This record gives sequence, structure tokens and C-alpha cells, in this order.
Amino acid sequence: MTVSADKPHLSREHMLDLLKQMIRIRRFEDKCAELYTQEKIRGFMHLYDGEEAIAVGVIPVLEKRDRIVATYREHGQALVRGVPMTKVMAEMYGKQEGCSHGRGGSMHLFDRTVNFHGGNAIVGGGLPLSVGLALADHIRRNDIVTTCFFGEGAVAEGEFHESLNLSALWGLPVLFVCENNLYAMGTALALSESETDIQRKAACYRIASETVDGMDVVAVEAAARRAVHAVRESGKPYFLECRTYRLRAHSMFDAQLYRDKAEIESWRTKEPIIRFQAWLQSNGMIHLEDVPRIEAEVDAEIAEAVAFAEAGTWEPVEQLTRFTYAESATPADR
Amino acid sequence: MQQQRVQSEAIETTYREAVREAIRDAIKRDERVFLMGEDVGRYGGCYAVSKGLLAELGPERIRDTPLSESGFTGAGIGAAMAGMRPIVELMTVNFSLLALDQIVNTAATVRHMSGNQFGVPLVIRMATGAGRQLAAQHSHSLEGWYAHIPGIKVLAPATLEDARGMLWSALQDPDPVLIFENVMLYNMIGTLAADAGPVDIDKAAIRRPGRDISLITYGGSLWKTLDAANALAAEGIEAEVIDLRSLRPLDDATIMTSVNKTRRAVIVDEGWRSGSLAAEVAMRIVEQAFWSLDAPIGRVCSEEVPVPYPSHLENAAIPQVPKILAAAKAAFGAP
Repeated sequence: MTVSADKPHLSREHMLDLLKQMIRIRRFEDKCAELYTQEKIRGFMHLYDGEEAIAVGVIPVLEKRDRIVATYREHGQALVRGVPMTKVMAEMYGKQEGCSHGRGGSMHLFDRTVNFHGGNAIVGGGLPLSVGLALADHIRRNDIVTTCFFGEGAVAEGEFHESLNLSALWGLPVLFVCENNLYAMGTALALSESETDIQRKAACYRIASETVDGMDVVAVEAAARRAVHAVRESGKPYFLECRTYRLRAHSMFDAQLYRDKAEIESWRTKEPIIRFQAWLQSNGMIHLEDVPRIEAEVDAEIAEAVAFAEAGTWEPVEQLTRFTYAESATPADR
Repeated sequence: MQQQRVQSEAIETTYREAVREAIRDAIKRDERVFLMGEDVGRYGGCYAVSKGLLAELGPERIRDTPLSESGFTGAGIGAAMAGMRPIVELMTVNFSLLALDQIVNTAATVRHMSGNQFGVPLVIRMATGAGRQLAAQHSHSLEGWYAHIPGIKVLAPATLEDARGMLWSALQDPDPVLIFENVMLYNMIGTLAADAGPVDIDKAAIRRPGRDISLITYGGSLWKTLDAANALAAEGIEAEVIDLRSLRPLDDATIMTSVNKTRRAVIVDEGWRSGSLAAEVAMRIVEQAFWSLDAPIGRVCSEEVPVPYPSHLENAAIPQVPKILAAAKAAFGAP
């Protein structure tokens, strides 16, 4: 584990919170996978297994007023940001009590109350949006940072380059967080990029950048603190590449023909939860009973979320076309 | 004591100046409004619409962008979502295809997909249409495509009043509104009330009343259709000319009221015939006014070719007065 000069408070309480958030995402998604096989959850579902340290390292560093733009692999971001697990699970079910009224599902979690501007399922599609959110805050002199999560697959899209250029050209407060898990669906980074050192692309646009071990939650948090501080102080964009690995399939339909089991196993040994737990134990920062206690708390929360989703209701078909357009002035229109 | 309201002075102006005045007025009236697009500032706009506005309003309100249609259209969406009222200018509808992802996958979906938590009060303006010998990558009329998309609204101002008045109304709309300005209209001269202001953006307009046939059109084809109607009048056929104004939503009521009266309809649409807006209008007439019809519905659309460069071929590719006349006469059984 990295212990750098920029490291955040290494208090036991904070460390346990980081651990709990990662366990929370992992176990929530394990439950989702189980519910998927039971056909409670349908459609495309993309799990974050192995990448949890990124959302957990970055998002708590943000202020409540800051904004988040996420991808279709965004359960972790939503949970850490404070979208209630009950509402996330209800959304997975497609129930109207879900955080997007059941209309988005796994790939489109939204929550205005925590400035969570959605899971965008067009690779690269969220980047221009984050530039625009930051443009509005820049024009209005709002002290707000927009954090945009995307995978390394998005780097091949034109929207990535347009967005980096615009944000740097206009000096906009965007934190770009690239979750580099080495595979764009089934295509390895080396097969899709002529330059695989991604943060160098940010440098081309004169955007300050940093690469961090995305499976080391303390390192991610430390880097995120530097990054968010830089964006807030300068009003300019910052690029944080988090190197990680997706331990599960791309989605529930993926037979993983494009990579060896041995490769996956080798990454398993680096996965963020076990690693962090071992590090905490070796430093005497957690007690033997801490992990079972955290797991029990998380399991209780998950059970509550499942019960909430099960008890949820289907939006009446009569409401199918509601909110294609605004009906009257709502908070969304101000 | 004279109580009568003093009639506003009428000024002579152009379509281009009317759009420019609408932009200037909106930016001055609402601090959330700004214009963003390629060459809108220093160059003055590809079609000179925003000429002079940068000097007057400054670079925060008149924002030149790089050639990044998807990037700055998406930025307009994000800014709108965060409370601004951006006007995004795309040079032509052909270039808007580079921003199609942002328009169709984000702007049009966010309100519904987020369960009404986020809206996109954005206006996107763009030039459309043929007639300037700009060939097949600058001359197409794809507004009918956009009218296919739920979640956005599509306007086609054909008159000075609408060029001046639709923008402000569109900016008041909580949802994304696309405004299509036909390139052949920018130089059109006419008179406009000095105090011309906002107009409704959800109703079609009867531009010429008539009893014998309904000619339904919009945008640049309106004036050709009016010319055709005048020629028909010389032959004793009184055509009613409907300017759709809004392509999405369509004002079915105005169309059906007219067709129920005239019992004949011809649709004039600069889009290609196959899968066109004209096809949609015709089908709605079939669904809602079939029993009123005395003749098959006619269509005058663009020929199914990429718009060519030479003037004679370009003119042959898009609706013209003789074709409209022929289609109208066919509705009366003319060979």
C-alpha cells in the first residue's frame, strides 16, 4: 500500500470506512449477479468487481455540491455518492421506486439530490456532458468540480478528444477519471490504441495528469485529493488515470473468450479489498472482528434493499409516455 | 382622447437580421443565454447571422468553438442541465450528424430516462436545404429525421415573424428544441413590426386561405408553394396553404380542419420522399380524415439523389413551383 506525503487521514475510522464502502459495492453486486440469474434483474448489467477502489477513493473527496457523470458500470459510483441502496436496487428491478423511476435500469442511475448526472451507456458520451456542466459552473463562477468517470475504451472515441480539448481550451473545472481496466468489452488496450500510455493523451491537451494504481484505495484517494484540489484551485481540468482490472465478465452475456483464466487469476491477487484488508491487518489498524461486523452490516443493508425492490411497484403502463417532455415546471427545469 | 393603441412601426429587414435580432434580444434579456458554435464570433457566422454580435456582447456570450460538433453540442446539453440556456449553432444539418449521438442519445432521452429529474432546456439552430450550389454535403434537408425523435421539438421558421419570434419561445421551453433555418431564406427581405416578439411554437399557420385544396408545407418550400397557389388561383383553384412551422409536434388539428374543408391535400417537403415527413403527414390525414378525401393525397419531395452541384440539376432535385402545380392539378384529375 502506498503511503505518500499526500496521504489522507489514516485514522482507523476512515480506513474502516474505505473498507466498508468497497465491501458494500462488492457484496451488493454479488447479490445483483445472483438476482440476475433469478431473472429479477434483466438487460445489460456490468459489474465493478476489482475496480471498487476507484469510486471509493475518488468520490468521498468531493463536496456535496460537486457533480458526477458516470458510465453504464456505475453501481459503485452511485452507492458511494449516497444514492440509497434501496433506490439503486429498485432501479435494477425496474420498479418505479428506483432512483430513475425504474426507467433506466442498471446502466442509467440518476439522482438529482446528490448531483449524480447519470450513467451514460454510450461509450464516451458522458464526456461532453461533463464539459457542459463545468462550463455552466465556470460561467456562473460556481465553486463546483465535475468529475467524469469513463473507461479506457472511451479514449478511442472522438468525443474523448473533443472534450479534453474543450475543457483545456476554455479552462473548465472537470476531473477526468479514466478507469483503465485494460479491456474495452473484449478488445485489449494494445489492440485498440497506438499509444497505450493513456495519460500522455491528456498531456497533449496540456491537461495536468497522473497515473495511479487503481487497485490501491489509499493511493487513489491521495491522488484524488491532489486532483480535486488542483481543479478547485485552478478552475482547470485534471486527468487521473486509474489502472485497474475487471475481474468479472464485461456484462452478464460475456463468455470471456478474449482472455485467459490465468490472467484473471493473477489479477485476483491484486484485488483491492483483500489487499487493503491485509495491509490494515499488518499495520494493526483493524481488529479481527471488524470485517465480519462490516460484512454483517452490509448484508443487512442489502437485505433491506432487496426487500425494498421486491416490494416496489411497476409504473402503470398509462404513464409510459410521461416525461418524454416536461409537463410543468419541475426542479429539473430550473 | 385617443385610446387606440399606436400601431408599431414596421421596419424593412431580412430573415438573417431577424434571426440576429432574436439572438441579440435573448442574450440581453436573459443572463443564462449564450450562443456557441463554429465561427459564430470572429467570423460572424457561416451565413453571417451573428455578424457583429461578438463585439457587442463579448466572448462569454458569443462563444467560438473548435470543429467539435459532438463536443460542443454535448457541452450545450450539460450547460442546459446545469441551469444555463445555451443556443448551439451547427453550421448545417449535414454537420449536425457529427453531433447526432449527443442530440439523440442524450438530449432527447435524459428527462424520460432519469424519471424527470433532469431536463435539457437547450436550443440548437442549424441551416438546412439546397439552392446555393453547395453540393451533397451541405445541402440536405434532414429535419424530417429529427422530427422522428421523441424528446425533442423541431421548428422550421419560414417567415420573418417566425425567424424573429421562435427563438425566445424555444428558449422558454424546458426541453431541447431544434430550429431549422432554410439557407435560401436568409436573404429574404420583408417588413417586420419594430416591436415583433415571441410567437407560439406549437401551431401550424394558414398562410393563404382557400377552399379547394390544402397545400401543406414548411420552411423554404413555403414561398414556392404560395407562388404555386397564386398560379392555381389564376386557373380558378383556390388553394389553402398551411405552414407547419412545428415539425414535432405536428399540429394535426389545423391540418385536419383544412383537409376536411378542402377534401384534397398535397404535401410539399424538401426532404427525400422515402420515409419522409411528408409521408407522416399524409398518413395522419389517412388516419384522421380519410372519409373527407375526394382524391389521393399528393406529395412533392426531393428526388432520391444526393443534391448535385450544377444549378440545373440542383433545381431539378428539390421541389419547384411546376411540380407543385402538377401535383395539385393531379388531385383534380388532371393527367
